[in-house]
Amino acid sequence: MSEPLLQLQGVHTHIGAYHILQGVDLEVPPGEFTILLGRNGAGKTTTLRTVMGIWSASEGSIRFEGQEIGNLGTPDIAQRGIAYVPENMGIFADLTVHENFVLAARGAKRSADMDPKRLAWVFELFPALRKFWQHPAGLLSGGQKQMLAVARAIVEPRKLLLVDEPSKGLAPSIIQNMVQAFRELKRTDTTILLVEQNFNFARQLGDRVAVMDGGRIVHTGTMASLAGDEALQQRLLGLSLASHQ
Amino acid sequence: MFSRLLSGDLPRSRMLTLLLLGVLAALAFAPFLFPGAKALNVAAKICIFIVLVASFDLLLGYTGIVSFAHTMFFGIGAYGVAIAITRLGPTWAGVAAGTGCALLVSLLLSLLIGLFSLRVKALFYAMITLAVATAFMTLASQLSDFTGGEDGLSFKVPELLSAAFSLREAPFLGVSLNGKLLSYYLVFTATGLLFLLMLRIVNSPFGRVLQAIRENAFRAEALGYRIVVYRTLSNVLSALFATLAGVLLALWLRYNGPDTSLSFEIMIDILLMVVIGGMGTLYGGVLGASLFIVTQNYLQDLMKLASVAATPIPFLRDLVHPDRWLLWLGILFIVSIYRFPFGIVGKLRLKARPPA
Repeated sequence: MSEPLLQLQGVHTHIGAYHILQGVDLEVPPGEFTILLGRNGAGKTTTLRTVMGIWSASEGSIRFEGQEIGNLGTPDIAQRGIAYVPENMGIFADLTVHENFVLAARGAKRSADMDPKRLAWVFELFPALRKFWQHPAGLLSGGQKQMLAVARAIVEPRKLLLVDEPSKGLAPSIIQNMVQAFRELKRTDTTILLVEQNFNFARQLGDRVAVMDGGRIVHTGTMASLAGDEALQQRLLGLSLASHQ
Repeated sequence: MFSRLLSGDLPRSRMLTLLLLGVLAALAFAPFLFPGAKALNVAAKICIFIVLVASFDLLLGYTGIVSFAHTMFFGIGAYGVAIAITRLGPTWAGVAAGTGCALLVSLLLSLLIGLFSLRVKALFYAMITLAVATAFMTLASQLSDFTGGEDGLSFKVPELLSAAFSLREAPFLGVSLNGKLLSYYLVFTATGLLFLLMLRIVNSPFGRVLQAIRENAFRAEALGYRIVVYRTLSNVLSALFATLAGVLLALWLRYNGPDTSLSFEIMIDILLMVVIGGMGTLYGGVLGASLFIVTQNYLQDLMKLASVAATPIPFLRDLVHPDRWLLWLGILFIVSIYRFPFGIVGKLRLKARPPA
């Protein structure tokens, strides 16, 4: 395996009195789609937020491209090329879709400054966003908001994409659109770390998988091996793919 | 051309456009349309408060920062000119020196407050600004040799702006072309320019980041924006515009004292004007300030007429007695906030918005 793009070693995170991450060890190889699975409260979202510096790690090391980033603030981490799509989408509802894009393309002052080829590619992935370009983002449907959240993260090339439960609360048809969009994204060799509870969604996309429980990584391997091993799924996730479909 | 002048931020509602044009026309021709010292004073006060309220909205409506120190910066501007003219004489150099010093003091103070306080939670920041503003007001009252204490400072303005200065012997459309009229148009023109400048700021990429911070500070940080820097800059800009509003107030009134520019009552008035007009839209400042100041100045007169008309019905006569104007003012504001939860501008824009 090549040198990991992102590497977490013995990461602990405390939020108030709670000890959430209890020694997370995780490697995200470049150009691959890594899925972080686990039950509710396992620490998946906290892991992403700790990487982004939204919550500081109390112990351990977080390295990105071989450089320690655990001591940096969130804006510095983002400026190194890590994009984050939070669970609650985090769109700016009062701003238009266009303004949301311009904010994400930090070098751009207006849409004309954005790379037109890249923009066209994003519109191919999410055609609805072109239609609602000048509409306030708050008026979009749940699925469109999620599309905007992902589109905003890829409007500029990023080295690493952290995505938190993109399928949560979406209708099955929208989830399939999202799967297609991520497949397209995968073809561009973008490195993605995606947190997901929907195993069926995760199975269609992941190259590698890490399973969390109790604030630790309890399993790492290829998605193919986990998807093919029902007993392992039962043991790690308390479910089987067959029962989840 | 018109869109460019407004930095692309058009009213986006026919009714709102009409209301804004109405206010603009009324203010532009106020000396000719509404003769008398009171009417001109009300028009000038509306102009000054448009700048003050819009600058507060830059902070509250666009960045989501609650500050109670806004009148402090307003007072710094007014005191800057008052003190400079008192010491240097009624010259333009005095006005320039006072304005320059006031802007410098406001810049340093707002920078300090911003850098040290904007990292804390919103409520604590509001409390810190309240404490600083109260301390400043006490200081202004105590340093009587410098500020005139509770009595304040009365001063003369440069000759061009004094009532004795006459541009033409004969009146024009029944209005004397004197220094007072020039003062009014100085205030009116400065208001227009400062308002357009604020529109440019809130519609720039910088303004867009401020709105993003207001909506979701964590998300804005995750996009790579240093929110403390943006919040501090917004705090500084807002303070500088409030200072310039204070300069205009001093030049118009030729007087400044703690109650005129620093009082907590003015802070409450600004808050009400922002909420009534609509937060996060500078046009709200125009409507909020106009409505509030006109009501504040003319409601009592209106009630006097109503009270006379209601003489045969004792209960109604007592209810609309001019002494009860503050009660009715309060009721009017409660009704307007209930009726327009997003402010007048918010409501009008919502009505005019096409369905998604």
